[in-house]
Amino acid sequence: MRQCRQCAAPAAIHMRQHRLAFCAAHFPAWVVKQTSRTIRSHRMFGHSERVLVAVSGGKDSLALWDVLLELGYQADGLYIDLGIDAGDAYSATSRHKAAAFAAARPDTRLIIVDIAACYGETLAEVARRKRDIQRPCAICGLIKRHEMNRVTLEEGYPVLATGHNLDDEAATLLGNVLYWQSGYLRRQWPVLPADETGLARKVKPFHRFYERETAAYALIRGIDYIHAECPHAVGASSIAHKQTLNQMEHAKPGTKMQFYINFLRAKKEGLFVPFEDEQITLNTCAQCGQSTTAEARCTFCRLWEV
Amino acid sequence: MNVVYREQSWQFDKPVKVTTLLRRIDVLPESVLVVRNGQLVAEDQTLEPDDEVKIVDVISGG
Repeated sequence: MRQCRQCAAPAAIHMRQHRLAFCAAHFPAWVVKQTSRTIRSHRMFGHSERVLVAVSGGKDSLALWDVLLELGYQADGLYIDLGIDAGDAYSATSRHKAAAFAAARPDTRLIIVDIAACYGETLAEVARRKRDIQRPCAICGLIKRHEMNRVTLEEGYPVLATGHNLDDEAATLLGNVLYWQSGYLRRQWPVLPADETGLARKVKPFHRFYERETAAYALIRGIDYIHAECPHAVGASSIAHKQTLNQMEHAKPGTKMQFYINFLRAKKEGLFVPFEDEQITLNTCAQCGQSTTAEARCTFCRLWEV
Repeated sequence: MNVVYREQSWQFDKPVKVTTLLRRIDVLPESVLVVRNGQLVAEDQTLEPDDEVKIVDVISGG
């Protein structure tokens, strides 16, 4: 029987790609230590900086928030309520999970942005009006990116952390390679720096963990997260890419990790022109003040035009 | 042994290794975690007939 590297007790998790196993008592400490190492090696943020964690009520973001608090960071949460219902009260349930997590940790703060209250429509309503019911994920992404950036800047946080794990990053990479999205490939990196045009610094401290590991951390730590998948994510290409990568991982452990980590290494060695060197003209949105490639108002502000 | 996964359940009356169980119900070990009597277990462990087993999906995204 496989044993814990630390104490030889029966293993709760075996990470074949690392040839490493831990029991439930020692696995969380390993996750915390690895996260600390990732934050330092990529100079994501320091202990004097307040961190805003984008939380969805899911395992990755709540686990990240928990780990940052364990590491002693002043980490607060941001939940964006898109009013997704689809018969299972998805947003209401995930919002409740995030709020319950925060309530159990009185030293933290949870900022909630209710999109319908702020802008007059839920995600489903705006998607219907835009005749984009088949593709609400694109609108969801647009809303979340805009609001995460806005709140981070308005509330004075120097950095926004998201719970993206290695499976998320590898699936994104596979999608971008399959369709040769060179612009996205140039931008994919665990740290996106702040810039003078009004983009907040964004970091991904979990980008080296497999999704299985963040789920195991959440289960062992007793974090109550939403298990249900977003109803709009059914059939999403990112999930299909994750399944494909997991089949490859099953046949050859470490495939996902090599695919993603070697991509980062190749970028560091100059495979792509750094995105900072790209000549993209960014303007300031006349309505919200955020940076945009559009000439007058950004795509987010135009979304609410009736 | 009662095994629950995605609102489906299976019964096994003999000891079975986690990897064997997952193969029988056609689930990739990379995409799930296995919880026995409330405790996470690695894939090489053997599940006993009186165990309550829950299989938890780990893939999310959209």
